[in-house]
Amino acid sequence: MIAQILFIALCLAAVALFSYNAKKVIRNIRLGKAADRTDQPQKRLMTMLKVAFGQTKMFFRPIPAFLHLLVYAGFVIINLEVLEIMIDGIFGTHRIFGGLGALYNVLIGSFEILALGVWVSCALFLVRRNILKLKRFSGVEMTSWPKSDANYILITEILLMSAFLIMNAADAKLQAMGYGHYISAGAFPVSQFLQNLLPDSATALVMIERGCWWFHIVGIFAFLNYLPYSKHFHILFAFPNTYFSNLEPKGEFSNMKSVTNEVKAMLDPSFTPEPAEPGRFGAKDVNDLSWVNLMNAYTCTECGRCTSVCPANLTGKLLSPRKIMMDTRDRLTEVGKNIDKTGNGFDDGKSLIDTYISREEIWACTSCNACTNACPINIDPLAIITELRRYAVMEESQSPASLNAMMGNIENNGAPWKYSPADRFNWAKEN
Amino acid sequence: MSEQLNFEVPTMAEMIARGEEPEILFWVGCAGSYDERAQKTTRDICKILHHVGLKYAVLGTEESCTGDPAKRAGNEFLFQMQAMTNIEVLNAYNIKKIVTGCPHCFNTIKNEYPGLGGTYEVIHHTQLIQQLIDQGKLKAEGGESFKGKKITYHDPCYLGRGNDVYEAPRRALEILDAQLVEMKRCKSNGLCCGAGGAQMFKEPEKGNKDINIERIEEALETSPQIVAASCPFCMTMLNDGVKLKDQSDKVKVLDIAEITARANGL
Repeated sequence: MIAQILFIALCLAAVALFSYNAKKVIRNIRLGKAADRTDQPQKRLMTMLKVAFGQTKMFFRPIPAFLHLLVYAGFVIINLEVLEIMIDGIFGTHRIFGGLGALYNVLIGSFEILALGVWVSCALFLVRRNILKLKRFSGVEMTSWPKSDANYILITEILLMSAFLIMNAADAKLQAMGYGHYISAGAFPVSQFLQNLLPDSATALVMIERGCWWFHIVGIFAFLNYLPYSKHFHILFAFPNTYFSNLEPKGEFSNMKSVTNEVKAMLDPSFTPEPAEPGRFGAKDVNDLSWVNLMNAYTCTECGRCTSVCPANLTGKLLSPRKIMMDTRDRLTEVGKNIDKTGNGFDDGKSLIDTYISREEIWACTSCNACTNACPINIDPLAIITELRRYAVMEESQSPASLNAMMGNIENNGAPWKYSPADRFNWAKEN
Repeated sequence: MSEQLNFEVPTMAEMIARGEEPEILFWVGCAGSYDERAQKTTRDICKILHHVGLKYAVLGTEESCTGDPAKRAGNEFLFQMQAMTNIEVLNAYNIKKIVTGCPHCFNTIKNEYPGLGGTYEVIHHTQLIQQLIDQGKLKAEGGESFKGKKITYHDPCYLGRGNDVYEAPRRALEILDAQLVEMKRCKSNGLCCGAGGAQMFKEPEKGNKDINIERIEEALETSPQIVAASCPFCMTMLNDGVKLKDQSDKVKVLDIAEITARANGL
């Protein structure tokens, strides 16, 4: 009875704490400007199913894709087991679904195989990160926290899977003894090999079985509450992020409505502007970005596929699209904390541009879309870079001198170079 | 094979004065108009249009920058000023269909002009060449033979990833009976030449290599005789790369339009 009360209390606390933190994240995302991403719901749904659920973009790199798929499938399917754990925990039952008989055996058997798959994949991921030291997992933005974050996630997953398998091994041994309420239920294709490592005393086995059971479920609660602090949030955000992702051709940049109003008014004095959201042109700080940009930032799991294909980064420039996303998230988290402490409107004197992202980074971008193409969950670093450039150019008139010259030429001659518009058709006359 | 045009390039103004309408407007672009190397491509596109007897026209001195480099650099004001002025001209001439000689103009007019009141059917010149081949109007005969020659094609970002046009330029090369070799990074995975996003008009930031060198090294790994391009900016970057690598005698950088014109003896 005490166990049941403790379990329910723990369960409620975990859900309450997670909702509290998740609400904060959603509030932070809502600091962003409006953007309409509700058109073409069918196409959006298909994109989400293909890209997030089907992980199609992962398969450009087959080896990590396969390992990732194992972890993903493992986690999704093993959730059925968590359902049983929840019911058992609340009602004080043991293997409540055991009555399913043969089906239960198939389920538990496949969970075990999946658990082994997750275990092995995570171990290989740890090797790739810490022993093989893949280049993709390093870079200026990969400081100690992002590296530890990744390792904590992998180690936790290994521990959770280990607990699940050891629990089953102990349970099976108790079942074979016909001990207490340990009814014969389940098939144990993986954990049977662990049985010999466990003691033969029934009391010890019960302690191990209960210990692992509690460790597993408390671990899951803890992991849930780790998400809002971690890059691992992508397991949830991947779905809305792909649903609300850009469906237009990648080459298309948004036309700024606020600018359209001013340009139309300039060209036609009788023009009455359509309503547009006030505010500055482009983005100086995170709240100048759209909510989609901000959701992108929380979704990023720092895999570095974007940076590994960025032509600027590949040739030694400072720009790293992954850093753009991480900086946006870190700044947004900071702004959120400021709001928690002092309410809206607090100015800490910092901004996304300059404090986090340097001018050198934003001007190194070739807008080639390699990063957006590479992202397995349709994050768009280029949209943020563009907004920062817009701020630098339109609000501050701070662009590299040669670009100023180029823009001057367009304004005066209708071409980015210093040629006379009268000579524009000379190509047809000369040879 | 003379570089000079032995026919007049019709302008919209002349055509309207004659009471005629073109089937397609050829949007030349700034590079195609002023850059000496790109001018050759421009003339070759005209030769192809003339050769197949398509009724076309150019804007001539009425054309102006689409605003693409200004937009990528963050100057939305200048972009929209350019866009709206151009749209006024295009709409006044009742233009329905446009072929561009540059992927940047292509992307801007096709994707960014509709929201500002300019909706046209826009194709890139490699798509036009593909269509003409598919319709049987354009072949590869009567000119230089590319048979067996090793050609590698560089995807421009704003044609490839930007607008998912990967097949048209390759179709134009396939009819040459040449040996097409792909670079390690090609199609949606293609590496930028380094000129996009207004980089064409500025010095690169500090790094350990120029992007066009990284790209040309990859192209040279396929030991090609021809590096095929379909963008005037890529053309400049790749050409500079070939020169810097001292390969100008062995490797030519040619636009798909130039290759097509040569193959047809235009």
